[in-house]
Amino acid sequence: MMDILVNFAYIAAAVLFILGLKGLTHPRTAVRGNLLGAIGMLLAVAVTLLNERILSFEWVLAGLVVGAAVGSVLALRVPMTDMPQMVALLNGFGGLASVMVAGAALIEEQSTRYAIYAASASGIALVQMNVATVLSGFIGSVAFWGSLVAFGKLQGLLQDPPAIAHRQRINAVLLVLALLFGGWLVGMPEQTWLYWMVVLPASALGVLLVIGIGGADMPVVIALLNSYSGLAASATGFVLNNNALIITGALVGASGLILTSIMCRAMNRSLANVLFGRQSPADAAARVDDIYAGRVKSTTADELAMLLEGAGRVVVVPGFGMAVAQAQHAVRDLANLLEARGTQVEFGIHPVAGRMPGHMNVLLAEADIPYDKVKALDEINPTFEQADVAIVIGANDVVNPSARTDPASPIAGMPILDVDKARSVVVIKRSLSPGFTGVPNPLFAADKTLMFFADARKGLQDLVAALKAGGTL
Amino acid sequence: MDSFISALTIFVLAIFVGFEVITKVPPTLHTPLMSGSNAISGITLIGAVVSAGAQATLVSTILGFLAVVFATINVVGGFLVTHRMLGMFQKKGEQERRGT
Repeated sequence: MMDILVNFAYIAAAVLFILGLKGLTHPRTAVRGNLLGAIGMLLAVAVTLLNERILSFEWVLAGLVVGAAVGSVLALRVPMTDMPQMVALLNGFGGLASVMVAGAALIEEQSTRYAIYAASASGIALVQMNVATVLSGFIGSVAFWGSLVAFGKLQGLLQDPPAIAHRQRINAVLLVLALLFGGWLVGMPEQTWLYWMVVLPASALGVLLVIGIGGADMPVVIALLNSYSGLAASATGFVLNNNALIITGALVGASGLILTSIMCRAMNRSLANVLFGRQSPADAAARVDDIYAGRVKSTTADELAMLLEGAGRVVVVPGFGMAVAQAQHAVRDLANLLEARGTQVEFGIHPVAGRMPGHMNVLLAEADIPYDKVKALDEINPTFEQADVAIVIGANDVVNPSARTDPASPIAGMPILDVDKARSVVVIKRSLSPGFTGVPNPLFAADKTLMFFADARKGLQDLVAALKAGGTL
Repeated sequence: MDSFISALTIFVLAIFVGFEVITKVPPTLHTPLMSGSNAISGITLIGAVVSAGAQATLVSTILGFLAVVFATINVVGGFLVTHRMLGMFQKKGEQERRGT
């Protein structure tokens, strides 16, 4: 009887999760959606406490209290610009928890005194449990260590290591090792130490897969790791024969995969290319001089203020440079000032701008910029021809027209924001240094482009000051 | 066998539900989507709670306890940070409606 009630509660929790995700399809319903998800989680945990196998609550409550305290502090203190590393870290913890739960279940099952599953379970159920344990340990370890490395890189704790020789071969050996020990464990589950022999190579694999990936490829990795942590939870659901875990893990797995594929398409690259192939701009150094020599026009805040005073429509294109300089509030000040003078201001966001999907949108939202002025690539691109000025702030590869024009370019075919179609282009950037792909950007040397060499925040503040000074004249 | 097939059925159907729902999330909300879905993937917590409380062996209890800690950080941190972010989006929506 109790079992039935608990399972009903799990179904209700799963429904709440689905409704919660559905709420995220619009900014107006999103807060409610997130609350529905939280209620579902509370319900699931509350009924689990009724489980008759729980003999003592002290460790459970201690764990809940410690986890809730740490989680709250992390969530309330993290600045919005650090959101990518925060998501990576939380994601890793979820993966780690799955590894531990599957390991604990294996040990419980094998400690004969408490043969809870074995008594009632058929042969196939045992095989299901053991295979799922291996999968959970494997996927969860990759998710945990991969996320930890991603966190370290985003936080600036880890530098890009020199290229590791035979990386692919080492990865293959690790994969085979994990599979061998995994197969062995399925055959002889009483040898519980074998579980850790799956976890070990999987952990190394997680580190190696992510350590070589950096910068602009991060959004893909974060989305992929997100999907892994969901799949690990799902695998744990197969271990425990728990539908709530299976459904929820599958939802998150699907979500991560969708985001991964959106990110890959936005770079016109395959997932394998992002994970294993590092683009090397072979002749970039030689071509830099050809492209930039004598053609780059540098400008000042005062000149820009004059240009903007006459503008009817301005499109702002932010990139990772805006996040680094924490310039989102300065961007807002500029936008408000321009709008007060009757200029229409809109924002164009490339899907891979920043270090995680939606990174720029969150920063602009933090600065109180209404979300309906923030347009996605497909929406904003047809409108650049009607823009008097496009202001590019700390973005590079995502506005590089050679993606359209030069079939030999490493970024050929990548969808870009067509800022070069605006009447004039202003690029706020610290130097001419190339973006993550190392490809020089002909946009910087175009006739209609003015380069404003400055830190994004400082430059925008100067520009706002110049505009205000101009207005009082 | 039956229980495995039904579990697998549930898994496959849930993947499809996930695809259907999440393809409709606009790019603007992709970061909250990640942190929010991240929080619900902490559902492993319910397995962890049982392991920590069942006290089958010392090792499984320790693993269970640590799993409760990490899964709870994932859950609480994930929902809270998502709430913080979404609050910023909503605030803007309200202002906009009032303004127009």
